[in-house]
Amino acid sequence: MDIIIASFIEEVIVPKFNYWIYVILMMIGLFAMITKNNLIKKLIGMAIFQTAIILLYVSVGVKSEANIPIISHHGHQEHVEHAQDENHSPKPEVSTDDKSEKGDHHTIDKDKFANPLPHVLMLTAIVVGVSTLGLALAISQKVHGSFGTLEEDEILDQLKPGGHD
Amino acid sequence: MTDHLPILLLLLPLFGSLICVLLGRNNAAHSWVVAMISLGGSALLSLLMLIKVLGLKSGDFRYRMGGWPESSSYEVGIELRVDVLACLIVLAVMLVGFLNTIYSKTRVPAEVGEKGSFFYALIQLLIVGLCGIIMTNDAFNLYVLIEITSLTSYALIAMGNRRAALSSFNYVIMGTIGASFYLLGVGYLYIKTGTLNIDDIHNYLQSEDLWASQSIVVAFILIMLGVWTKMAFFPLHGWLPNAYSYAPSMTGTFMAPLMTKVMVYVMIRVMLWLFGSDFVYSPESIWSELIIWMSVVAIVAGSFLALARNDIKKMLTYLIIAEVGYMVGGVWLGNLNGQAGAFYHILSDAAMTFCLFIAASIVIIRTGESRLNAFDDLFRKMPITMIGFTIGGLSMIGLPPTCGFFSKWYLIKGGVEAGQWEFVVALLFSSLINAVIFFKIFERAYFGKIKGIKEEVTVQDRDTIPAGGIKSVPLSMLIPLCVGSLSILIIGIMNKNIFSWITKALEMVNG
Repeated sequence: MDIIIASFIEEVIVPKFNYWIYVILMMIGLFAMITKNNLIKKLIGMAIFQTAIILLYVSVGVKSEANIPIISHHGHQEHVEHAQDENHSPKPEVSTDDKSEKGDHHTIDKDKFANPLPHVLMLTAIVVGVSTLGLALAISQKVHGSFGTLEEDEILDQLKPGGHD
Repeated sequence: MTDHLPILLLLLPLFGSLICVLLGRNNAAHSWVVAMISLGGSALLSLLMLIKVLGLKSGDFRYRMGGWPESSSYEVGIELRVDVLACLIVLAVMLVGFLNTIYSKTRVPAEVGEKGSFFYALIQLLIVGLCGIIMTNDAFNLYVLIEITSLTSYALIAMGNRRAALSSFNYVIMGTIGASFYLLGVGYLYIKTGTLNIDDIHNYLQSEDLWASQSIVVAFILIMLGVWTKMAFFPLHGWLPNAYSYAPSMTGTFMAPLMTKVMVYVMIRVMLWLFGSDFVYSPESIWSELIIWMSVVAIVAGSFLALARNDIKKMLTYLIIAEVGYMVGGVWLGNLNGQAGAFYHILSDAAMTFCLFIAASIVIIRTGESRLNAFDDLFRKMPITMIGFTIGGLSMIGLPPTCGFFSKWYLIKGGVEAGQWEFVVALLFSSLINAVIFFKIFERAYFGKIKGIKEEVTVQDRDTIPAGGIKSVPLSMLIPLCVGSLSILIIGIMNKNIFSWITKALEMVNG
């Protein structure tokens, strides 16, 4: 039994560690968004949910023993351009071809640098997440202003006599 | 100049919205002028773009943002891609936006008060987002633009009455779940292919033969779930009826015709361009069968729920849910008639929903009554409004000269061709229910009795007392209604041309 569990951990959990974390966080967020009664708690769930997806993207960009993708070339203009190419290149094999044509003394090893593109994408996603959260908080403030409470069941109780839906 | 059309027609409303924000509070009149200029200009530009694209041999053209050089192997920059389909929808969005701005002239001071200029800023941003969604060729940009439209629409809905804030909150929750699922799906695609350009993803999947890969299947399912949530496909429709009916009337008239339809277009893009028809309609998968059944359920349930409502706007919102079922089912039929019918239905549904919502808003505002008895004896009192409503209603039912007939005709043809009889039956059934719904209203409007409606309203009162007087509908509300009902007839009469453009563009992608 112990061996089965150990091999399960070794083969299923450890290699896909980042995916497990993101799925668990996402489920926590989704659970809170759907089941919680308090509007602010729903929003906390939403923040967790969005963060889980951000973690997925960020973890994808990581390589073992890779450095941050900043390449110093002692002011060599051509290589700065080249470095930018490398950063944006979605498919590694293409940039290797590119490199063999140009590469003279400083060859850039693509395995030494983390992929920055997912991180850049997540900067945008974080901005979107923050603005959604801010807007949702403003709306819940408005809800509180007109109903005097943030508990969903109390709001629905208030709506019952007049509302026909 | 014409090479830059796609970006120009996005920039005009974008800067318009900035100017409206800068004009500040209590400046609705000036903001209205700014919005009219920017949206009118963009509508003209989109017309030019349509003419340009119709003249192109290749069928589409691409605009590289920031002038990134073209690269042979993979795309580095961000692209806008425009073909006939995109042009038609952009034109529809711009026209609805422009007409709606005319309509909102007298409604904004009455319903949002001093925040009028922010309303115009938001509505222009929403149009930028919608047109960006339609034209972008980058899967991640699509996510950002979807969120731009969603954020602006949350804010626009929350401007409404007491219940609007709560419905907007529910929309935020559902909308965020939908957008996050889409983002997750794009993440899976990125992990697998290493690119975000829609064409490049498709080519990479094709050349590496990744169709059997489980991550691609998961990505497809996640993206579909996300898009369905945003378009209110039946089991995921919960947010829509309250959000659209409690929103300010000029928000409802703008979002009801456009939001769900643009998301249907996103679904078509994802299915045919991003994944490709071979993958989506592959004979081994049971999806087509399953999803057509789901759309049958959506059509039937939407129609029944509409029948059960006594509130005019609620009833119309449930009809939208049924219409979404038409379009999803049509696309998943997997043949040209179904796809083209669904696309044609996007256009016709935009026209007729706009028309019905405007007419319903006028009726609600002028009679002060939001239930169906508002229509009692209205043909005599508000003939023009009721003619507009009748044309919209007949198009919903699907009577020949209107565009609703032709879209249903092509959808049914596609259903018969694919052998999906349940879809055909559902379409006919929903037409019958629509007939019941609308003839009930027409009957009231012709023969109903007058119950406690004040008759006379003097000219001075026109803009100050919206509710109570039904005789005087300002021109700024009637013009959009008339243009909307005319466009229903025009789209219907021009169905041959529009249909041939659509099929040509769809044939190109289906190979």
